[in-house]
Amino acid sequence: MNELFDMPSYLEHSYFGLVGLHLREALLPVLAGLLVALPVAQLCVRFRWLYPPVMWVTTVLYAIPSLAFFVILIDYTGLSELTVMIPLAVYSLVVLVPAIVDGVRSVPQETLAAATAMGLGPVRRYLQVQLPIAAPAILAGLRVASVSSISLVSVGMLIGNEGALGNMLDAGLKYDQPRLVWLSVLGTAVLAILVDALLIVLRVLLTPWMPRGTRKGSRTLVAKEAAR
Amino acid sequence: MNVLNFISAFFNDSAHWQGYDGIPTRVAEHVQYTLMALAIAAAVGLPVGLLTGHTGRGGNTLALIATSARALPSFGLMVLMFILLGLGMAPVMIPLVVLAVPPILVTTYEAMRSVDPAPVDAARGMGMGEAGVLFRVELPMALPLIFSGLRSAAIQIVSTATIAAYVSFGGLGRYIIDGLYQRDYEKVVGGATLVAAMALTTLAVFWAVGRITVSPGVRRRG
Amino acid sequence: MTIGPLLCGTCGRSEGRVSISGLSGRSQQRSRNTSGLDSSFNCRGPWSKAGNLCQTRRVFGVLIRIDSVTKRYPDGTVAVDRLSLEIPDRSITVLVGPSGCGKTTTLRMINRMVEPSEGAILLDGVDIRQQPVNTLRRSMGYVIQNAGLFQHRTILDNIATVPRLLGWSKEKSRARARELMERVGLDGALAKRYPYQLSGGQQQRVGVARALAADPPVLLMDEPFSAVDPVVRKGLQDELLRIQDELGKTIVFVTHDIDEAVKLGTMVAVMRTGGHLAQFAPPAELLSHPADEFVEDFLGADRGIRRLSFFPSAGLELLTEPIVAIDATAERIAAAGSGDVPYLLVTDPDGKPLGWSEPGDLTAGEIETDRLLPYGRPFVPGTDSLRAALDCAVLSPTGWAVAVDTEGRAAGVVSQVTIGEAIRGAHAERSADGTATAQKVAP
Repeated sequence: MNELFDMPSYLEHSYFGLVGLHLREALLPVLAGLLVALPVAQLCVRFRWLYPPVMWVTTVLYAIPSLAFFVILIDYTGLSELTVMIPLAVYSLVVLVPAIVDGVRSVPQETLAAATAMGLGPVRRYLQVQLPIAAPAILAGLRVASVSSISLVSVGMLIGNEGALGNMLDAGLKYDQPRLVWLSVLGTAVLAILVDALLIVLRVLLTPWMPRGTRKGSRTLVAKEAAR
Repeated sequence: MNVLNFISAFFNDSAHWQGYDGIPTRVAEHVQYTLMALAIAAAVGLPVGLLTGHTGRGGNTLALIATSARALPSFGLMVLMFILLGLGMAPVMIPLVVLAVPPILVTTYEAMRSVDPAPVDAARGMGMGEAGVLFRVELPMALPLIFSGLRSAAIQIVSTATIAAYVSFGGLGRYIIDGLYQRDYEKVVGGATLVAAMALTTLAVFWAVGRITVSPGVRRRG
Repeated sequence: MTIGPLLCGTCGRSEGRVSISGLSGRSQQRSRNTSGLDSSFNCRGPWSKAGNLCQTRRVFGVLIRIDSVTKRYPDGTVAVDRLSLEIPDRSITVLVGPSGCGKTTTLRMINRMVEPSEGAILLDGVDIRQQPVNTLRRSMGYVIQNAGLFQHRTILDNIATVPRLLGWSKEKSRARARELMERVGLDGALAKRYPYQLSGGQQQRVGVARALAADPPVLLMDEPFSAVDPVVRKGLQDELLRIQDELGKTIVFVTHDIDEAVKLGTMVAVMRTGGHLAQFAPPAELLSHPADEFVEDFLGADRGIRRLSFFPSAGLELLTEPIVAIDATAERIAAAGSGDVPYLLVTDPDGKPLGWSEPGDLTAGEIETDRLLPYGRPFVPGTDSLRAALDCAVLSPTGWAVAVDTEGRAAGVVSQVTIGEAIRGAHAERSADGTATAQKVAP
């Protein structure tokens, strides 16, 4: 068992150390993306004209291939984790912004009017009414963003071994150790599925008011986001 | 020296414009990989998505397939396929197709499902056959969303095909990978610029195709 | 042989004056309708009540026969329960009832959008399952709520859909579509527009035009006007009656709105939850003799008032002496004021009403129009019903209704009391010899 997960010393990490690194490199950008996307999306909801240009910009940024993006950033951030994480954060916007916008827009006007009529200020109304109702949509967006981010981190290996689990690919190829490649691929896939499942559980916990089994809404959204 | 200098130096070097490592050859290779993978993925995803969407059955199965396919890391899969299958078209095509099928499949399905049921009911009531309903009513209305799925797939293919250079393939990724090994930063940046330009061209192509094929009656609605 | 004046003498509608021979000629042109009942004719028009006044006297052929049809879904729900209905040719049959009464299911079984679990539906005596389903559907126009237009096609191409399906050339289909746009009252300039550029009412007109495109003998309409606002809906209803007057289709119309049913229907089928038929009758009979408590409830508390819509106002005795022109002499005013009527109706020199005044307030040559009491909405005797006349009287500040001729000139005034007497008289007559009148008419 131990042999299976033994890592060559130049990887500088144990297998589970790499898993931790991978999670950090993949999920921190999504978190950063969420922090940026929330206010941006709120602006897009508030000022409708803003939404199309914002979507246009995020789509164009998303179109820039990860490797190209990394390379261009090397000039500014060097061969570091940051170089990998910045593009991932930018990519997550293309999924998160429309997810939040659609989610917040899905809050019925009557509900908002009722909240205002009961004397909730804009901030409370946002935190207590809009955000919770938009939560399923936002979590659906987070699922897509996290899974694709986990998959993309591996590419970071190409720029100075910043790919966490992806670093094992290079090692496996160079030293002819298919075991490392398998470990990398399966490990990444399992990680993606676990994070996805965790976010589903989170959604169920956060939205006890949603009828069970009616995931159609969020699935539609996932599909829409996958299409960006 | 900043990035812009590298870019201009790269494109002004006449050596970069000819031979098997010239820009035209690499662009052609990249386009070839992209079109091939997109064609295969569309040939799989479109019919299945259209049919399941039309009948409304199998949506959950599709979602499951898409989620698991999305969890597979393309880069890792490419290296794995290279180890298992050696040099050849298959180790490149398999990861690219696996990457491209989920967005095409799921968006096509959802695009068909999101078509307003009233015109579909009206079409059947007027005596249109099932094929007519599918191709003359549902498809034209679902087209914008279907295109967005294809576009997303195409962009991901362009992006991931770059990585194919790592496992000894051609395409625009060659400049980046070679440049990284040779510490030739000019080459790296030049390649990155070309890939980004190709991705943006893909966006533009899809935008243009959408303008031409999507009816103004559908387009103006969104 | 002209029987119009005999038939519709009470209402005096020109639409009523149609010759039987002319109509039977039309029905012979349509080979489908050879049931031999040529005596059926239409007496419909923008004012549907006129048609309804005459309807007890009409004999219809039956085009669609719903024969003991049941629709049971796999989960056990019964949408329609042993329903039998004979839908008369060239008239509007309305299926009305609360939601879940199976009216839409019934309609959708006629063009086989839903297949019955038991029973059969006959079109012109032939089981509808005898012909290919799409051939059947192409022979029936289909109009649904929200119109269901193809948003990716222009208005013209939307309307041309069925002709194209039937294999007509593009030019012929489009020419036909243009013709229909005019027929349903759509501006030809809209031809190249897309549905999203049209208002809800316009879209619904396109829906009707599209259903009529291949000139089908049958038109199925599923709550077509329920998604538009009341004003637009009224316009669409009037338009439908006008079109029906011109084309004489067999229309099956589903609605949940009893007012719409009474306004449009030649025959009204009231259905109740569970897919049962509660009553199938002409609207006037429905209002006068509801079959049971359910129908009575569904018709609402004001069905007595509504029933007045079916009584003509032509027989009302109009008083003309309280009408004075604005330029009348002092003697004329004095003479007019000496009668029993407490108010005088002042008209302009052309005879168009201006307003009411008390006789003492009028001085010859110095009548100020802005000091007159408003006269409300006048009614036209012969065209409007007793309901309209009563409405005028009730809404008038003086309690008197103003009758005008078709040009809008004052024809007389009538009090609430007189209208009340006329209503009592009409009720008595209806209940006494409703059937006798019908016999009188048969040629």
